Amino acid sequence: MTQFTTLSSRVVSLPINDIDTDQIIPARYLKATDKSGMGDHLFADWRYTSDGSPQPDFILNKPQARGAQILLAGNNFGCGSSREHAIWALTGFGFRAVISTSFADIFRNNALKNGLIPVTVDLETHLELFDLITEIPDAKLTIDLETQTVRLPDNRRVSFPIDSFSRHCLLRGVDELGYLLSFEKQIAEYEARLGGY
Amino acid sequence: MSRPRTLFQKIWESHVVAQELDSPAILYIDLHLVHEVTSPQAFTGLRERGLKVRRPDKTVATADHSTPTHALALPIVDEIAARQIHQLEANCRDFDIHLYDMSHPDRGIVHVIGPELGLTQPGMTIVCGDSHTSTHGAFGALAFGIGTSEVEHVLATQCLLQRRPKTCEVRLDGRLSPYLAAKDIILALIAKIGIGGGTGHVFEYTGLAIRSLTMEERMTVCNMTIEAGARAGLVAPDETTFAYLAGREFAPRGAHRERAVAGWRELTTDEGAVYDQTITMDVSTLEPMITFGTNPGMGIKITGRIPDPEDLPDTNDKLALARALTYMELQPGEKLLGQPVDVVFIGSCTNGRLSDLHDAARVLKGRKVAPGVRVLVVPGSGAVKRQAESEGLDRLFKEAGAEWREAGCSMCIAMNGDQLKPGQYAVSTSNRNFEGRQGKGGRTFLASPLTAAAAAVTGQISDVRMLMQ
Repeated sequence: MTQFTTLSSRVVSLPINDIDTDQIIPARYLKATDKSGMGDHLFADWRYTSDGSPQPDFILNKPQARGAQILLAGNNFGCGSSREHAIWALTGFGFRAVISTSFADIFRNNALKNGLIPVTVDLETHLELFDLITEIPDAKLTIDLETQTVRLPDNRRVSFPIDSFSRHCLLRGVDELGYLLSFEKQIAEYEARLGGY
Repeated sequence: MSRPRTLFQKIWESHVVAQELDSPAILYIDLHLVHEVTSPQAFTGLRERGLKVRRPDKTVATADHSTPTHALALPIVDEIAARQIHQLEANCRDFDIHLYDMSHPDRGIVHVIGPELGLTQPGMTIVCGDSHTSTHGAFGALAFGIGTSEVEHVLATQCLLQRRPKTCEVRLDGRLSPYLAAKDIILALIAKIGIGGGTGHVFEYTGLAIRSLTMEERMTVCNMTIEAGARAGLVAPDETTFAYLAGREFAPRGAHRERAVAGWRELTTDEGAVYDQTITMDVSTLEPMITFGTNPGMGIKITGRIPDPEDLPDTNDKLALARALTYMELQPGEKLLGQPVDVVFIGSCTNGRLSDLHDAARVLKGRKVAPGVRVLVVPGSGAVKRQAESEGLDRLFKEAGAEWREAGCSMCIAMNGDQLKPGQYAVSTSNRNFEGRQGKGGRTFLASPLTAAAAAVTGQISDVRMLMQ
C-alpha cells in the first residue's frame, strides 16, 4: 500500500459533473496486462485530438497542470465501470488526491487501495475551491490525512470524512491483503462450517 | 423471536467471517467470476507474493470483453487483445481455474453465462472485476463489481474487506403495458433518481412488477442498477427463480435441490424489517424509454422532448445537460422521434439473452433493416447463440439485413473492433451512453431491444407501439 500523510500541491480544476471511468480512461486502453503507462491515457479523449496531438484547450495540457497532484472535479466523480485502470491513470499522471462532493462506490474503494485520496467536501466548499482556482490558478492546497483536513491558502481548514480503517492503512502503509491474510484461521473455520468441500 | 431482517442483512450476516472494531467486515465470497480485462494485474500480484488461488473451485473465468465477434476474425488479429486473452489462459492454467476459453461452446459474457450455467444461486455472495456483476442479484445473490486490487484479495483469500452498505427498497408496482420491457423500467428508475441516486446503497426490488418479470427480465433490471450508483440490486428468489435454475449444469439436483430450495425460500425480507430508504415507482404508466444524453440518467419517454438546460435550477446540472447536448448535437425542446440513426446494436450483458433476441425478432420478422443502417445482433453467450440458431433466429436476422455475430461484449464497450465511427448515432440495448463508450466520437441512445429493433427497420428513433399496430 502506498503511504499517504500530507500533500501540498497545486490543483487541476475540472468542473464537470459525473465524470465516468470511460472518460478517465477509455476502454481501448484496457487491453494492457500491467499497470504501467496508464498516465499517458488519462482523459485521452479530452486530452488528445484525433491525430494524437495534445488538445491545447484541455487543462491537463496547460502549464499549470504540470506537477499538480490534486484534481478538483465536479460532483459524482468516477461513476461507471469498475476498472482500476482509472486509478492507475490518475496516479500514473501524478495525482494523489481528487476533491469532489461525492464519489462512486467502486471508484472510492479502488482509489483507497492505491494511495489516491478521495476527498469529499460540501457543495459550498466545492464551489469556493473552483472559484479559488479560477482566480489563482497556482494556488496550493494542503491535504492532511492525519487531521482529515484540507488547508486553504488563507490557512482555513475544511475537514473531510474517511473511514478509520482506510485512514489507518494509508497513514501507516498497511497492506490490506496482508491484513486479510492474517485472518487465515477464521477463514478456514468459516469454510469448515460451510462443509461440502 | 429473532429481530426481523432484510434479505440483504440475511446474506451479509451469514457471510461475515470476522470484523474488528472500526474496521470493515471480512466478507466471504461464494463465487468469483474472472475475465481477461481486470484480472492480469491481480495474477501478477499473486505471483509477486508467492500466493496461490485459495479456492479455484469457487472461481470461474471467461474471455468476453476484448474478444472478436466475427468468426472470420479468428485467430484474433488485435495483437494486444490476443496477448491479454493468452495471459488469461496462462493464468487459469497456472492457478488451476476453470476457464471458458475461446473454443468452449458455452463461453460468453460473464454475466450471461454465470446464470445460464447455474453457477449463480440464491443467497450467494458473488463478485467480479466488472461493475455489471449486479446482474446476478436477480437471483437473490449479493453480487457486486470490484476493482483489480480486490480481485487479487479474493483470489488469495476468498474474502473481501467490505464496509456494510445501506439498504434501499425499490418497490415497483403495477404491470407493464404491451411493448414495454424490463429495460424501460430500469431506464425510468435511473431517470427518476439520477446516476448517483443509489450511491452507498444496495437496492432490493419488491412489488408486483418485479414478481411478474421473468428471470431474464429481472437480470436486466439488476444489471443496470449500478447505473443508478447502487452497489447491487436484489430480488428475493421465488418459484420463477427455482424453475429457472432447475436442471442447469451447476445448480443443485435431486435431494440436494430440495434442500437448497428449502433454504432459498428463507431468503426474503421479514415482515417488519426496516430499509434505510424506500423508493416507489408505478410501472403501469411507463412508456418506452430512451436516453438522449451522455449518461444513463438522461432518459425520456420515447414520445417526450429533450429537456432544456435553461429549465434546470442548479448551475452544475445546467452545464452538464448543455455539455451532453453539445456532444450529442441535439437541440433542447425537440423530440427524439424521427432522429436518424446509423447503427443499431442488440446485445450485451443487459440485453443479450434469448428473450431479448425474441423481442428484436418480433419486430424484425418480415421486415427489412432500413437502407444505410448497420445492425449488429450479438448473442450474450455460445448457448444463447445455439438456441437462437435452433429456432432460426439467425436466419430471420440475416434475412432482415442484420449481422449475426459470435458471443461477447462487442459494441457495448467497443474493445474488440466492433465500434461506432466518430459522429455516428446508435440505438443500443447496452447499458452506457457515456461519451465515446461505443467508439470515440460515437453517440449512443440506450433503449430496449424492441425499441432498438424499431429503429433498425425505420432508420430513425421510433415508437415500437406505433410500428407494431
